[in-house]
Amino acid sequence: MLTYIVRRLMVLLVTLIVASLAIFVVLEVLPGDPALLVLGIEAQDDTLAALRAQMGLDRPAPVRYIEWIGGLASGTTGISHTYAVPVSELIGERLAVTIPLALIALIVSTLIAIPVGMFAATRRGRTGDYAVMGFSQVGMAIPNFWFAILSILIFAVALGWFPASGFPGWDTGFATALWALVLPALSLALPEAAILARVTRTSVLDTLGADYVRTAHAKGLAPRRVLWGHVLRNALIPMTTIIGLQFAFLLAGSIVIEAVFALPGLGRLIFQSVSQRDLVVLRDVVLLLVVFVVVVNFLVDVAYSMIDPRARRAA
Amino acid sequence: MKITMHGAATALALGLAVLAAPPAMAQSKDTLTLGFTLEPPHLDPSAGAAGAIDATVYANLFEGLTRIDENGAVQPQLATSWTVSDDGLVYTFKLKNGVTFHDGTTFDADDVVFSLDRARAEDSVNAQKQLFAAIDKVEAVDPGTVRITLSRPEGALLFNLGWGDAVIVAPESADNNKVSPIGTGPYKFDRWVKGDRVKLVAVDPARQIQSVNFRFIPDPSAQIAALRAGDIDAITNLNAPEAVIAFQADPNFEVSIGSTEGETILAMNNTRPPLTDIRVRRAIAHAIDRQAIVDGAMFGFGTPIGSHFAPHHPAYVDLVATYPHDTAKARALLAESGQSDLKLTLKLPPPTYARRGGEIIASQLKDAGIAVEIIPVEWAQWLEQVFRGTNYDMTIVSHTEPMDIGIYARDKYYFNYDSPALKAVMDKLNATSDPNTRNALLGEAQKIVTGDSVNAFMFQLARLGVWRKGLKGMWRNAPVQATDVTGVRWE
Amino acid sequence: MSDVATSLQADRWSRAMRHPNFLIGAVLTGLLAAFALLSLVWTPHPFDAVAISERMQGPSAAHWLGTDHFGRDIATRLMIGARNSIVVGVVAVGIGMLVGVTLGVLAAARSGWIDEIVTRGSDVVFAFPAIVSAILITAIFGPGAVNAIIAIGIFNIPVFARVSRGAARQVWGLEYTRAGLAIGKSKAAVTRDHVLPNIASVLIVQATIQFAVAILAEAALAYLGLGTQPPAPSWGRMLFDAQTFMILDPKLAVLPGLAIALAVLGLNLLGDGLRDVLDPRLRAERIG
Repeated sequence: MLTYIVRRLMVLLVTLIVASLAIFVVLEVLPGDPALLVLGIEAQDDTLAALRAQMGLDRPAPVRYIEWIGGLASGTTGISHTYAVPVSELIGERLAVTIPLALIALIVSTLIAIPVGMFAATRRGRTGDYAVMGFSQVGMAIPNFWFAILSILIFAVALGWFPASGFPGWDTGFATALWALVLPALSLALPEAAILARVTRTSVLDTLGADYVRTAHAKGLAPRRVLWGHVLRNALIPMTTIIGLQFAFLLAGSIVIEAVFALPGLGRLIFQSVSQRDLVVLRDVVLLLVVFVVVVNFLVDVAYSMIDPRARRAA
Repeated sequence: MKITMHGAATALALGLAVLAAPPAMAQSKDTLTLGFTLEPPHLDPSAGAAGAIDATVYANLFEGLTRIDENGAVQPQLATSWTVSDDGLVYTFKLKNGVTFHDGTTFDADDVVFSLDRARAEDSVNAQKQLFAAIDKVEAVDPGTVRITLSRPEGALLFNLGWGDAVIVAPESADNNKVSPIGTGPYKFDRWVKGDRVKLVAVDPARQIQSVNFRFIPDPSAQIAALRAGDIDAITNLNAPEAVIAFQADPNFEVSIGSTEGETILAMNNTRPPLTDIRVRRAIAHAIDRQAIVDGAMFGFGTPIGSHFAPHHPAYVDLVATYPHDTAKARALLAESGQSDLKLTLKLPPPTYARRGGEIIASQLKDAGIAVEIIPVEWAQWLEQVFRGTNYDMTIVSHTEPMDIGIYARDKYYFNYDSPALKAVMDKLNATSDPNTRNALLGEAQKIVTGDSVNAFMFQLARLGVWRKGLKGMWRNAPVQATDVTGVRWE
Repeated sequence: MSDVATSLQADRWSRAMRHPNFLIGAVLTGLLAAFALLSLVWTPHPFDAVAISERMQGPSAAHWLGTDHFGRDIATRLMIGARNSIVVGVVAVGIGMLVGVTLGVLAAARSGWIDEIVTRGSDVVFAFPAIVSAILITAIFGPGAVNAIIAIGIFNIPVFARVSRGAARQVWGLEYTRAGLAIGKSKAAVTRDHVLPNIASVLIVQATIQFAVAILAEAALAYLGLGTQPPAPSWGRMLFDAQTFMILDPKLAVLPGLAIALAVLGLNLLGDGLRDVLDPRLRAERIG
């Protein structure tokens, strides 16, 4: 078991190094001069050179790569070209929006999906099942940003229940801040709930056919207890996998939703730093998302290998 | 629960017709929340070209020696009065008394010397360093008096000193102005929720509006929704002219249609064949239908122009009729120049006027037999490829700097136009101070630029503002990129 | 064709006809394809004919679904948008299948270091959220349909590599593939004769799902201004353009959204149905 984890950790490290190199190379070839963008059309050559030197853009690429990785390894990030604050601070502010948003979306989708998926599974082949599966198909097919646009029109503009956009900040009060995240979280949660409901249904159906479930029934346990106790517990494994992957996806996938709702989250930061060529910010944000995906995958793999030793060989 | 669900369903079923329902008044009377498209990268107007910086802090937080008012005129600010020597080389400014910076330090002549020297220093990162090019030295005569000596006459000095790039900062705080700006204005910095808002609060507790929020909402549709939902009180520069129609019909809102200094042009690369041929450039000028572009891209907001000059300026000459919309004429000119199957690229920066205008122009040029390939670019690429690299055929951009016809006399400016005749006129203009002669020379310059059909001139960009009824004193025009809220109040 | 194969096919056919998902999916996808094909030879109006005076009209005999903010015919633009979506789907899935399946079966056949490289390579590509890669790719090469398709296609490569590797390894574990090697067939020949035919149904099912994912992804990119560029119509782009107009004219935002939803729904149902019809035991991997 330990050798397996060590081996997986090595793989994780190599993946991260390759990914960081890829990010660095991509940002090197990104057209557009950050200094020119700051100074605009009246920029003079000497001013541009001064600013480039200030931004550290005049040093060779390998040096800057090593400085970047070395800095991260020692726990320091660069200073944003545009905002003039440490990148870590900037990312922290944005995560304070994106992580709660992703978490709420995840909780909402899980709360919808698990009961609905189990309901469908217990009524396999009957009207209830078809209805749930039909709705879930529709849920997966609706583009979340379209749903978001329509929900703004209805619930924010026409009915005035929610703010149409923006995020007031957590210090304006927990309820106020949370309220601003309701519509975005619902928009994100809808397709995720649809996918998760299907996964739940399938996993529950698989487990329902397993021997120990039949044994439990045979022992005379109440069907409800069998379902919520034995079946759900065992069906949780594939569902947790999907939920873990969905969380990683939601962090980046919220870019479009953050654009619709003008939320100051991580996705918007990526979009902004691309258009402002704030490469110092961009490289750290992208790497952070990559780290997140890789770590989630690692945890899922390790969890699997604990449950099922055969998985160790497959990886 | 049933009823509310039903309500939502009805809203959808009615095709969202309920949108006109009056929104809740979310703001109290001592706060003002304004919606903007762009977030400033930082808050130091003397260290960046981004208009969003000035739009937030100019006049509100930072002040200059002079200021530019709503109509583009120069007004006293930190300088209460000034005298100019007869040769136009020495300016002496009397400074306002009893002014302190927001951190409590006193404002005096040394701060002026520091600020202007900092802006024109060798390692300065001021984006408008050329504003100060004529300045030879800046001296403090006494704490209340500053003397600026020029190396050559500069008729625009007082105007230049009113730019956001020339605001007065204190040596104690200048280095931190990007994140925690310290100025002398009536509002001081409170907080910046990055990606969402900058909040300024009044220095004087007697002011009606105690806090001003600048909300950054990149998407115009989200801005509109926020205004309707009561999240914000005003949009000073709405990038979605189509939405104005709906606001005009709504008694809860006031719509303002003002002017800007933005000449919106279809710029052409004059040294790239076949655009080197004046007949091709004239054909393009004939092929475009300015009114249709204004109607289609800007919903009728904007004034067609025939040269690179703002119609509200006294020196304006109406040259719109020089190249009337005439597709047949355009085709004839193209045939005469021997061009057939002409294919050109059109690089479009992000603003609505460019992207939408570009689509319409492509359609109009197609009618005249010119195939246009649209290439959308971000600002970073536009600056590097089009503006600096002049690697383009055509582009659409709005030149928002005031009185900037002089760019046509510059060498290697991005449309690569070179006219000794125009240069001669501009030289004469720089040496002239008589207003009437100046206007005549400016008129001549407009005619030369239009005669050579350097670019196809489209329209003067309008400034569209929408705010809640009862908000008074908002700027209607945009002579500079500022949102001066010092005179704004609720009624 | 043997009797067994014929009866298998007949069985599949009857299963398909009784499968509601498959039927609805096939009809919706068929409509999508039909509109796209029709747009090649005929549309009610030219897609880029700007007529400002006729903008934002309601449905009429001349314009069945009305006109957009430039007075262009919406029905025409939706039809060409369907074509655009199909091109996006076909090319993006094509790139993913061509490269991904090649790598996947290669990895399964050779194992060892090739397998290791393919698996780790997939990990690295997978580590980048698709939308972030797409934003970076379009930032380098410029926004546009082709670059968006390539970005989506690249994301599809590891999807197909993983699915085909997994399925192919199962096939390699079967008796008759080993028998094939024993009678002197090369690994390439076994892959061609046994592995590929056996994993085909998995791949077809995965392809329909990725097709739907690609359409959604292109719509999202176009909505962010990074996908198909004007004047070419794309559903996502139409939604983007419509946003500021929808208070004046809600149909501009509703119609393209409906088109996307119906197309994706059709493809998802078809994929589901195909899976049950082709092989009820199969379950395609779904990657958001």
